[in-house]
Amino acid sequence: MISQVFILSSKGDHLIYKDFRGEAGSDVVGIFYEKVTALTGDQPPVVMSHKDLHFVHVRQGGLYWVATTTADSSPFTIIEFLNRFTALVKDYCGSLSEKSVQMNFALIYELLDEVVDYGYIQTTSSDVLKNFIQTEAVSSRPFSLFDLSNVGLFGAETQQSKVAPSSAATRPIQSSREQGGKSEIFVDVIERMSVVIGTNGVLMKADVEGEIRVKCYMPSCSEMRIGLNEEFSIGKSQLRGYGAAVRVDECSFHQAVRLDEFDSHRILRLCPSQGEQTVMQYQLSDDLPSAPPFRLFPTIERDSGGRLLMYLKLRCDLPPKSAAINVCATIPVPKGSVSLSQELSSPDQSAELKLQNRAVDWKIPRFPGGTQLSALFKLEVPGLSSASMLEVGPVGLSFELPKLTVTGLQIRFLRLSPIQPGPSQRWVRYVTHSDSYTIRI
Amino acid sequence: MPYLGGEDTVRELRRALSNPNVQSDQLRYRNTILKVIRAMSQGVDVSGLFSDMVKACATVDIVQKKLVYVFLCSYAALNPELSLLVINTLRKDCQDPNPMVRSLALRNMTNLRLPSLMEYVEQPLTAGLRDRAACVRRVAVLGWAKLHNLQPNSEIDAAVVNELYSLLRDPDPVVMVNCLRALEEILKEEGGIAINKPITHHLLNRLKESDVWGQCEVLRILQRYRPQSEDELFDILSLLDASLVSPHPQVMAATLSLFLSLCSGLPAVSLAALERVRGPLLAACGSVSRELRFTALCHIQLLLRSLPGLMGAHYKRFFCGYAEPAYIKQRKMQVLVELVNDDNVTMLLDELKGYCTDVNTDTAQAAISAIGRIGRSYSDRCLEILTGLLALKQEHITSAVVQTMRDLVWVCPQCSDTVCLALEGCEETLQDSQGRQALLWLLGVYGEQVSSAPYTLEVFIDGVRSEVSLGVKMELLTTTMRLFLCRPAETQDMLGRLLHYCIEEEPDMCVRDQALLYYRLLHCGIEETQKVLQGRRSDPSLGVLIGRPSEPISQWACSFNTLEPLRQGTVETDSTSRGSPEHVTFEPKPNTDLSDTLNCSQVEKVPSGSVSASRCTDASADVPASSIAAPLSLSLSPALSPEEFERLWLQRQVLHSEQGDEKMEEDYMCLEEQIQFPAIPHCSPQSLQAAMQLVNIQTLAFTPPHTLPWRVYLYTHTQHAGDSPHITLILGELLYTGEANQRAVLKKGVCDRELAVEGGEEEQVEEEEEATADGQRIRVSMRKEGEEEELKVTLKQQPRDDKALKGFLSILTTVLHTLSSERK
Repeated sequence: MISQVFILSSKGDHLIYKDFRGEAGSDVVGIFYEKVTALTGDQPPVVMSHKDLHFVHVRQGGLYWVATTTADSSPFTIIEFLNRFTALVKDYCGSLSEKSVQMNFALIYELLDEVVDYGYIQTTSSDVLKNFIQTEAVSSRPFSLFDLSNVGLFGAETQQSKVAPSSAATRPIQSSREQGGKSEIFVDVIERMSVVIGTNGVLMKADVEGEIRVKCYMPSCSEMRIGLNEEFSIGKSQLRGYGAAVRVDECSFHQAVRLDEFDSHRILRLCPSQGEQTVMQYQLSDDLPSAPPFRLFPTIERDSGGRLLMYLKLRCDLPPKSAAINVCATIPVPKGSVSLSQELSSPDQSAELKLQNRAVDWKIPRFPGGTQLSALFKLEVPGLSSASMLEVGPVGLSFELPKLTVTGLQIRFLRLSPIQPGPSQRWVRYVTHSDSYTIRI
Repeated sequence: MPYLGGEDTVRELRRALSNPNVQSDQLRYRNTILKVIRAMSQGVDVSGLFSDMVKACATVDIVQKKLVYVFLCSYAALNPELSLLVINTLRKDCQDPNPMVRSLALRNMTNLRLPSLMEYVEQPLTAGLRDRAACVRRVAVLGWAKLHNLQPNSEIDAAVVNELYSLLRDPDPVVMVNCLRALEEILKEEGGIAINKPITHHLLNRLKESDVWGQCEVLRILQRYRPQSEDELFDILSLLDASLVSPHPQVMAATLSLFLSLCSGLPAVSLAALERVRGPLLAACGSVSRELRFTALCHIQLLLRSLPGLMGAHYKRFFCGYAEPAYIKQRKMQVLVELVNDDNVTMLLDELKGYCTDVNTDTAQAAISAIGRIGRSYSDRCLEILTGLLALKQEHITSAVVQTMRDLVWVCPQCSDTVCLALEGCEETLQDSQGRQALLWLLGVYGEQVSSAPYTLEVFIDGVRSEVSLGVKMELLTTTMRLFLCRPAETQDMLGRLLHYCIEEEPDMCVRDQALLYYRLLHCGIEETQKVLQGRRSDPSLGVLIGRPSEPISQWACSFNTLEPLRQGTVETDSTSRGSPEHVTFEPKPNTDLSDTLNCSQVEKVPSGSVSASRCTDASADVPASSIAAPLSLSLSPALSPEEFERLWLQRQVLHSEQGDEKMEEDYMCLEEQIQFPAIPHCSPQSLQAAMQLVNIQTLAFTPPHTLPWRVYLYTHTQHAGDSPHITLILGELLYTGEANQRAVLKKGVCDRELAVEGGEEEQVEEEEEATADGQRIRVSMRKEGEEEELKVTLKQQPRDDKALKGFLSILTTVLHTLSSERK
């Protein structure tokens, strides 16, 4: 049971406040903000209490999404509700930010009114909600010349139109109704890796969490069929086909997915509702089908002048056609490091000493597969002792691998039936993120 | 218009709202209302616009209607009279052909929260219950709950309640769930909605129609149902099995909650259910949402209390990601400590070592104390890491390490040599009072082993004037006193200076009083002082007590899937900032709960006759009936907490060693036996505990299997059913040192007469002879199987009762025997 829901900006501005049960006053918003900001650390605990009122909050898009409730309510339910609510707001407003929430507050009030009544969650399905929500979203995206460049000359197909613009998926779901927007469907395969590589280069831990997300802008779509790799297998025992098996350990599906063709042909059937939904989730633990994407060869020593020398070689073991982007290696350095001098192998890379985090951030915007980069960092550390070397490492890597899944999961085909009248576009996107990629030194 | 003041904004808005030009243009009118709502949610008081907004309510534009309702519901309580004007519009809307308009009007009518409008609301609500459109019925059902809570003391209308009960059969699942919710609120005084068999089965059958939120609600309410037969129970369980592994964590949690409440009498089924949810819980731990991860981690900690082995194979899932927030890292470390075993300890310590130099000092300190916890069973490796960290000479790390070492040394005194070596030079880096207090305590207790202790203390004493922390001053006093006792020549002078300062100049009352107390104590002579200050040391045998018995599920089942587990962490972190270990209880967590459950668990009397009848065949030869003739019963109540046990055990040991034979108490008896059981140290703590509990012996603490020396501590109460009605308490220790002891000595010490009788020698007391014969026979029978391993049993009894002790011993050997024969 939810007593109140409110949204606060990171500066404490009240963006949305709705009281469902009238049991506590609106002054609790101020109390919550005081509590949140009084705590130290990078994020305060999820649950806080004031008298017999309990605040449960999540942080998304730089905002606090807070529900107040009683002690016996289920934290799983409340947190999942808040997460679902943020997803709905994102679907309806296009993006999650202080600005979009401020501009669309009427729409959000309307959503809240339909989603929760008297503190009880009524429905969060966008199929049901679309009949009730009347307010139109105000898009906060500024006019951009880039949008025009996608329009082909005299309607001709240009190369660019084969690639979905990056902003395509951040638009409100309902704007299509009035503006006659494109009816599009996006199927995203998103994987997150968490990897630990030991000092000797041995893979100590490798977990992959993946999901297939469908974002649908079609006003009416009766059935969609998603074909996965035929070799896709679940669990250790089951192997299919003769090619390289695509294996996951555990797999679960959205309840709307029908699996009657899954066993024989690896086809998921579903009727997507408008907005974003996760169709399938899967996990793979302790086993990667290919080598981990990055290896690090560090040499760390003290020179005679009391400086710390770090010579790092980073190798990208992806297939040559792919590349990693936005790679950032974070190397913890000893406390008291003063300055950094660097030698990097190409001008687009950069490195910076972050004193607050006590780390060197080495940024590589694009890192093609099969190549190797090296960097030499010289750190000025007054009073460097041999024990300080303990503080160097483990190195954390964050990156994005576009058009690639580490498990090898692929979408074979994507069929809509019946065939949509008018132009419709189907997009399949793959991406792998680093959840946590740690290399010990 | 954020730059305008509140009053200006309101004036501006009122002008716009009453402007006929604006009113005639729908879009401008709507935009003005939007501005009002925006001002409202920014915290501007716009209640003065109420009458203007009431007028704006009468419109065909649904968007505008919704906006006005948001406003009206917020301010209705301030303007009850004006709200009456809205009612007419609302009632008219309730007749609207558009179901959306009807439900909107009905919902907002009930949201006004004005008791004065009740009479106008009831009729539309009654009609709403029979509306054709499901969305109107949903609103109407909850409307009755709102209405009831507005006037909680009013008579409950039986007709409405009946109607709501019948609407449980509504085709729309949301209406059904809302009926449950409404009835729960309306019938709160009667304990909520009546859950009988037909309703339960109806709800279960329609569970799949609801969305996840509805399912959670239904599952929560069903917790009150008690199935009438076992068959029915298992039918329900198999229906729910699919929900148990639902990909939606909220459904999984609600189902597990229901499972645990339905199977409270069937621990095996509950444990199986915990195994089933492992997958979904682990998946939730890897969720994108950090808040969900945190929730799942907290609940995993609950599960581990009953099933410590649940996550053993998956310990890598609890390694921290470098970008994770500190509160998740700390929870993961708490879980990791629970999962440590011989196979993964190297990996785990490597991982934890990496966190010790984390930028976040809280995370670093949590990692260090986690290593300290693991150090209780793997002390050498952990001390190596901890000593290495001291070389970093960083304030917060050194402080945490010294505190951790203090706690570790209290439970593992064998580490003291390493710790004392490591302490040299720490005082230069330590800044905070907690760390310095810990250092002082260590110097006081192990002063004779740290060569530089007096010099370190001197620095502290010289700086005592500028010392701000009360705790440090108190600890300094005690430490100097202790050091004076073991190294008087070096310390005498500074003790004098310290006492003089504290008594003459110290402003704080507590410190002054303590100094005075010590001063007077010194007057009483050195023996008295020694007795007071060096009285209690920790028992080396406690060092291995890391295993703690798994708790019954009922212990935490009621807090599962509530906010409780998420809030506990904040309390736990406080325990790191505590004083010296003498003042805190050992293992503070499980004790109170443990004694509670023991009290409420049924105490079944096991007559020893039946136990002896079930003895193993090879031992059944010719046990003289006299030794166990009187029926003996064991019971667990009154329960003994681990602290109490420790106190009694140590007290007995002190008496035993110090006072010797002259001043022995009459009513106390100690007995040591060597019996041979090959497989006992290898059996799992769970099975041992279960076996012991069958005959009402409570195991309190044990080392994990396969560690040496292997120990179990246990207790029970004995009572003769027959002639002597008095109750005795027996404390016991099973020790297995691992050496195959060829001596085959059966030693038995009866303290009050100081008798040590070698096995096979002539006996003085008849009963003892029987016991010896008994023990020897077991040994012989075991030797036949080529096993040479001995288990040392030490029993302490109070008050003394030979017969009962012997009876107990025979029960114990029987249990152990059965257990070891099962293992083969």
